[in-house]
Amino acid sequence: MEELNKYDYVTIWLDGQMCGIPVLEVHDVLSKQAITEIPLSPAAVAGVLNLRGQIVTAIDLRKRLNLEDREDNSEEMNIVVEYQNEPYSLIIDRVGDVLSLSEESFEKNPVTLEACWQNVSTGIFRLDEDLLVILDIEKLLSFGEAKAAA
Amino acid sequence: MDDLLNEFLTETFESIEVVDVELVELEKDPNNKSVLDNIFRLVHTIKGTCGFLGLPRLESVAHSGENVLGKFRDGEMEVTPEAVTLILKALDRIKEILEGLEETQEEPAGDDSEIIDQLNAMAAGEAAPAAKVEEEPVVVVEEERPTVPGEVTLDELEAAFLAAPGPDDEDPADEPAASGRMESIGGAETVAVISHLFHNRINSDATLKALLQGADLRASKKAVEDFFTASIEAEKCADDKVEVSFANFINAGIAEDQFYNTTVHLESVLEEVGLSSIDAEFVKELYNQSSEKMLGAAKKKAAPAEKKPEAAKKAGSAKEGSIANQSIRVNVDVLDNLMNMVSELVLTRNQLMQISRRAGDNDFDIPLQRLSQCTTELQEGVMKTRMQPIGNAWSKLPRIIRDLQMELGKKIDLQMLGAETELDRQVLELIKDPLTHMIRNSADHGIEKVEDRIAVGKKETGTIRLNAFHEGGQIIIEISDDGAGLSVEKLKAKALKNELATEEEIAEMSDQQIQRFIFHAGFSTAAKVTSVSGRGVGMDVVRTNIEKIGGTIELKSTEGKGTTFFIKIPLTLAIVSALIVESGDERFAIPQISVLELVRASSDSMHTIEYINSTPVLRLRDRLLPLLHLNKILGFETDEEIVEAQQEASHEDFIIITQVGDFTFGIVVDRVFDTEEIVVKPVAPILRDLTVFSGNTILGDGTVIMILDPNGIATEANEAMSDIADQRGDDEEESLVSNFDDKEAILLFRAGGDTKRAVPLSLVSRLEEVDVSRIEISEGTKMVQYRGKLMPLVMINDQYEIRSEGRQPMLVFTDDEKSMGVIVDEISDIKEDTINVELESKAIGQLGTAIIDGEATEVIDIAYYFEKTFNNWQLGAETAEVESKPKRKNILIVDDSTFFLNLLKPLLATAGYNVTIASTANEALELREKGYEFDLIVSDIDMPEMDGYAFAEEVREAGEWQETPMVALSAHSSEKRFARGREAGFDNYVEKLDRDTLLKAIEEQIADQETAA
Repeated sequence: MEELNKYDYVTIWLDGQMCGIPVLEVHDVLSKQAITEIPLSPAAVAGVLNLRGQIVTAIDLRKRLNLEDREDNSEEMNIVVEYQNEPYSLIIDRVGDVLSLSEESFEKNPVTLEACWQNVSTGIFRLDEDLLVILDIEKLLSFGEAKAAA
Repeated sequence: MDDLLNEFLTETFESIEVVDVELVELEKDPNNKSVLDNIFRLVHTIKGTCGFLGLPRLESVAHSGENVLGKFRDGEMEVTPEAVTLILKALDRIKEILEGLEETQEEPAGDDSEIIDQLNAMAAGEAAPAAKVEEEPVVVVEEERPTVPGEVTLDELEAAFLAAPGPDDEDPADEPAASGRMESIGGAETVAVISHLFHNRINSDATLKALLQGADLRASKKAVEDFFTASIEAEKCADDKVEVSFANFINAGIAEDQFYNTTVHLESVLEEVGLSSIDAEFVKELYNQSSEKMLGAAKKKAAPAEKKPEAAKKAGSAKEGSIANQSIRVNVDVLDNLMNMVSELVLTRNQLMQISRRAGDNDFDIPLQRLSQCTTELQEGVMKTRMQPIGNAWSKLPRIIRDLQMELGKKIDLQMLGAETELDRQVLELIKDPLTHMIRNSADHGIEKVEDRIAVGKKETGTIRLNAFHEGGQIIIEISDDGAGLSVEKLKAKALKNELATEEEIAEMSDQQIQRFIFHAGFSTAAKVTSVSGRGVGMDVVRTNIEKIGGTIELKSTEGKGTTFFIKIPLTLAIVSALIVESGDERFAIPQISVLELVRASSDSMHTIEYINSTPVLRLRDRLLPLLHLNKILGFETDEEIVEAQQEASHEDFIIITQVGDFTFGIVVDRVFDTEEIVVKPVAPILRDLTVFSGNTILGDGTVIMILDPNGIATEANEAMSDIADQRGDDEEESLVSNFDDKEAILLFRAGGDTKRAVPLSLVSRLEEVDVSRIEISEGTKMVQYRGKLMPLVMINDQYEIRSEGRQPMLVFTDDEKSMGVIVDEISDIKEDTINVELESKAIGQLGTAIIDGEATEVIDIAYYFEKTFNNWQLGAETAEVESKPKRKNILIVDDSTFFLNLLKPLLATAGYNVTIASTANEALELREKGYEFDLIVSDIDMPEMDGYAFAEEVREAGEWQETPMVALSAHSSEKRFARGREAGFDNYVEKLDRDTLLKAIEEQIADQETAA
């Protein structure tokens, strides 16, 4: 079972690009939530939201990956993950499926991939129609520390 | 094993802390038996448990320590400071080992032989001579005392000893089996301890005390010990010994219920000395078996004492509850978890209440109310479990004070009141260190040395008092000492030196404000740094730590009498009351504790926000409060937008007056809602560097809001201010004479035409707007009634006029009692910059033209106007003299402290002198070479390169300045220095911060010079 799960991914869409997040890392998938903005926070931090009494920090993945802002915010969704024992909600365009993939179709990032993607991705799966960019939660969410270190 | 070890560690740490305190107590009162017993028991327990857990290092150190303590207890050795120090040392070693143990789960390697040897030497070698002294009086007492009924006489005891088959009498064949049980119990020593403690317990139990009334405790202990030893060795109750060993009980007519109570005590004693449950059970059984015989014998004697047991019976049953073990150890994590859950519950309750309120009357109301009540009670209950007496944070203090006394050679009495006052353990942890630090401070800086105390007529022993109590949902901790108190003068000097304030600012401050300087970073009042304190990283850290948990710290100090600190801290951190406000359409919470008051400001209310350029301020009860717009701090609006919004007729603002340290300011918000109990949750790590927020929380309606941190806002605001100063730092130019490194605040204004005019802000005492109708003319001078006096008004030229209507802005200058208003067209701005007069002015009333903020600006010579106004207006004898002066005198000031120069220059300028400054003696001599001439030279003594003495000698030796009067300035004034100064050629010597004397000295010297000429 564990072997199988290792290559199970939740697919998400961001500005027309399909990305994958390891299914084991996903705690919750939520529809659009009421978010309290935090003044002075880094741009990628959309704000905080209340998930069943727990305060969750929302990260706008479009902003995080330097993509264009969504034109229509009504459709956005949240994926709740955990990083260093803190819950974070990743705001994405929409959620696709859960895919079980085999290792054979996995490839490392092409060296020419943009640096900001390079930094957050562990590799790419070749699917029949699309390419699935695997996002690494830790790398996605460690930007605060990187900034602090710099 | 891990659990066991952990338990052992917690327990032992606790025990050691207690021993620390008790030892100090014992040192003070060497004859206090109960203290000694307690210490002995604790150390013994440590030793016992160590042996059980297989910790040889710990065991051996504890064992040696116990030996010495044993000698104390048996009166064979005197309790001396040296002995106590040694034992404390041993305890420190034990602590060290324990800490190592905690980290690695293993006993750290190390050599304790030195300390063990010392302890053993103390127990063996030094014990002998001390023993004699101690022993004798004890014997005398025993002999002299008449035998009380029920007491065991010495003869009886003797008989008991003989009758008892002591270890010596034992049949050697029996030994292996018996010693097996004995060994597992812990040997004869443990039995002695059991007997000892058993007696103590009985003695301290009101219902059982009678059993030992008048008894010779030592003999009785020995007898009971014998009973147990014999019984244990025989593995059955030594029936033959019961009557002798428990003679006291029997004589006192022990009753059945009393016997039961003694077993309860025995049980707890057995547990305490660390017997395994099997052994404990066994010993208890032995004792129970003795009951029949004991009670039987007692009955025979009971007749006269019948009433007593009856009374004791009632009291006994009441007391029983407290005897049984009623507390359990709970892991802190469990409590924290519980607290979290309760916090969630509170939030959900709030949410439900809000929904119900919105829905109006409905069926849920009543159950909800009940739920609400239960929740509140639950919250209080759980909170209580986390409460710990503040004494826990104090337990180390007696030891610290003791060590300090030794080190510093002072005598200090530490009084601790209200140690039972409870507060949240989280808060307790956080104040532990600040408190310790403050106590150290009090002992080190506060309390004087014995001889100093005697010299000022105080008691030899200084007192430090700690007092804790509850007041209005907060804990107040007072720390007071009867030491030297804070010297306001020293603080002033230090504040000036560290450039925390200007002399003008300091002159306006109350003593209390000045004393608060000790909370500034890098501010130590101790003349010298000791190993204890005085490094200047102290009180500011204390303050920060206390403020971090939402507390405040105040102080009151009288020089020569002592200092008292008042610390206020909230009971708990988790749930706080907060004010909900709105800014930029978002809601925020501000902890109620930091809110001083709320002010509503709008065009139609009595308070309005006023602006100095674009800096908002509020007049509140004769004070000018700086304001911070939350909208601006949070980046919702720019300055311009705020000002624009202000102009709307219906605009209203709410100002939250807040105090952070000694900085009181107002936070301007758009709206204020109500207060709500909020549960503070930390923000995500990504957001930790946002200092304006201290956390976030979920409101009753389910929205998440950020909690503002007034501390952070104040810092943010201060940073923003210093940023502005930095930007202006570029166009700094240097000239030889006016070597100002420090920027100063400059007030820019217009008065006639577009010319920019400037005056150092430090000279301005107030900015005022006066209704023109209030301006009166008397004897050709315009004046206005101001603060109950007439204040003359001055125009600085004739190119402008007083407004014909409305309010006239003016700058108010004050010197001593005299105030003068300078009428201006407009106050334009306040800038941080240096005043470098580039063009000396020929026009009167002007110092010259300087580039300020990139523009040519006329610098006004306020001193001139002052002189002019008051000569014309108030022809006193004093001022007549000034008038007769044909021209302004030139003074040269030599001082290496730029700050001090900045301070002196306006002072002397206001007094009517032309001031030139030089920052080194060499620079001054250069001026001499260039042919400058002065009427007076004021020079500092302590300067690098060439000091004041050398400078004076140089001046006096030859050259133009040979005859120029010289005044020496120094921070230290002493006869010796004074003489030295005269020798070098100074005409007068003045203490640095004494401005009046300085001015007088200057005046005198110049007058002398004139008469001489």
